[in-house]
Amino acid sequence: MPLDLPALRQQFPILHGLAGNHPLIYLDNAATTHKPQVVLDALDRFYRADNGNVHRGMHGQTERATAAYEHARSVMQQFLHAEHSDEIIFTKSTTESINLVARSYGRTLQSGDVVVLTVLEHHSNIVPWLQLKEEKNIELCWVDCDDGGNLNLTDLDRFLAEKRVKLVTVTGQSNVLGTRPDLRTIIAKAHAAGALVCIDAAQLIGHSAINVAELDCDFLAFSGHKLYGPTGIGVLYGKRALLKEMPPFLGGGMMVGEVFPDHFTCADPPQKFEAGTPPIAGAVGLAAAIDWLSAIPIEDRAAHEDALLQHAAARLKEIPGLHLLGPWSKDLPLTAYRLSPSSILSFTLSSLHPHDLTDLLGKQGICLRAGHHCAQPLHRRLGIPASTRLSLALYNTEEEIDRAVQAIKEIQKTFH
Amino acid sequence: MDLSADAILDHSRNPRNVLPLPTGKGRGEGYVHHQEKNPACGDEITLSLQIENDRITAVSWSGTGCAISQAAMSMLSEELVGKSLEEVEALPPQRVLDLLGVPVSLRRMKCALLGLHTLGNTIRTAKKETLQGWYELLEKAGL
Repeated sequence: MPLDLPALRQQFPILHGLAGNHPLIYLDNAATTHKPQVVLDALDRFYRADNGNVHRGMHGQTERATAAYEHARSVMQQFLHAEHSDEIIFTKSTTESINLVARSYGRTLQSGDVVVLTVLEHHSNIVPWLQLKEEKNIELCWVDCDDGGNLNLTDLDRFLAEKRVKLVTVTGQSNVLGTRPDLRTIIAKAHAAGALVCIDAAQLIGHSAINVAELDCDFLAFSGHKLYGPTGIGVLYGKRALLKEMPPFLGGGMMVGEVFPDHFTCADPPQKFEAGTPPIAGAVGLAAAIDWLSAIPIEDRAAHEDALLQHAAARLKEIPGLHLLGPWSKDLPLTAYRLSPSSILSFTLSSLHPHDLTDLLGKQGICLRAGHHCAQPLHRRLGIPASTRLSLALYNTEEEIDRAVQAIKEIQKTFH
Repeated sequence: MDLSADAILDHSRNPRNVLPLPTGKGRGEGYVHHQEKNPACGDEITLSLQIENDRITAVSWSGTGCAISQAAMSMLSEELVGKSLEEVEALPPQRVLDLLGVPVSLRRMKCALLGLHTLGNTIRTAKKETLQGWYELLEKAGL
């Protein structure tokens, strides 16, 4: 069923404002998404009626806040198809979730243990492992990709066969190329070699159905604000057996059992990993976003975004000097491509630096992103200092794409 | 900001003072070198200065990045030869903005000032002083 776009867009107040003197054409959704009215209402309602601190105190407000927070946790569990709600930890972001794995699970690693990552990764799924390398002298091994953005799984095979790999950490969807690594295959290979798998689902979560039980991943991280939810809230999914054995991350209230002058005991997961007052309103807002999103069948969402992305690629190819990155750079029809890219594409323009291009577009209310997109290793691998990225959400339209392409054409003419 | 302003287009396409270092003295000998990057986006400038008796006697630089950053450095490079270190260190951010000759929005400020930032830290390198960070530079610019 095709989406009722006008009705959908109507639900997003920010789309009806102006960016300066121009209507807002927002094509930077990989950075953050806008929020439907139901999410704004949920945040407002929480603070108006349900506010209190969670798990503490014996009064009505505590009960309301705790109920709202724990309900949000069960919404996450159902959304991911996790077996148990204690496998859902609330954090403040994908980045914090991955840091949690690196600092908690990572503490159990020894010198010489190996963590495998890929050249597609965002810095949030690179730097914590570099930090762990400094601290624990673990080895990092990198899976390369081809110019189309497909991972060379032979690299992975080699590492798993030759090294003491404890963890493979990989993105579900590249935030630059939109390509999706073959997670099922990667997880099967890793598990067969005795390694765990952590998935950075920051981009994937908003554009695909995820079933962690079926996937059998060990950890999965995502952020609320890329999923039409508020900022300041993220999720880490972890298998129950793993979370039980892992040492805590941050220390403080709520994650403890007992505290003595010389030692402390931990609470059970997930509380063990939720120190201090959590982003309660964030969790409530995210649950509202997921309820809203889940009401729209994933097939309809994917069909809309895929059609838009193909349209964007086809129109951009018309521009002289414009070079699409990754899978679009080959002249193969996309159906021939093993795992079609989704919702994101990036490009370079020979006559103009991405910064200058997006600045000029921004002046017309058209929002794209320029730079290395927190993926310097990928840009180095592709041999470019920076790129321009266009990324979609459900509320984008074909007309918006056409206006953006027209603007790029005009700018290109001025500078060529 | 008007990127199509003739001066900016000209300087970004034909940057001045992007010269190979003289070979006579042994490549780069007698020059002090320093590189700075704009961490948000990948603009980068490497500057080489020949300093004799506390005066700049030669300039050479290279870089990659957006039109604003490269044009600003090119324009700045024309202001340096013959000046004393004291004069150069006193160059305010406003001087760069005047050279560019167009209004610079807040989000392009680091692009516009990358050259000046590199210049300041090249001189500090020559004088063996602590390098200055972005915050300090922007504070001086009143931003």
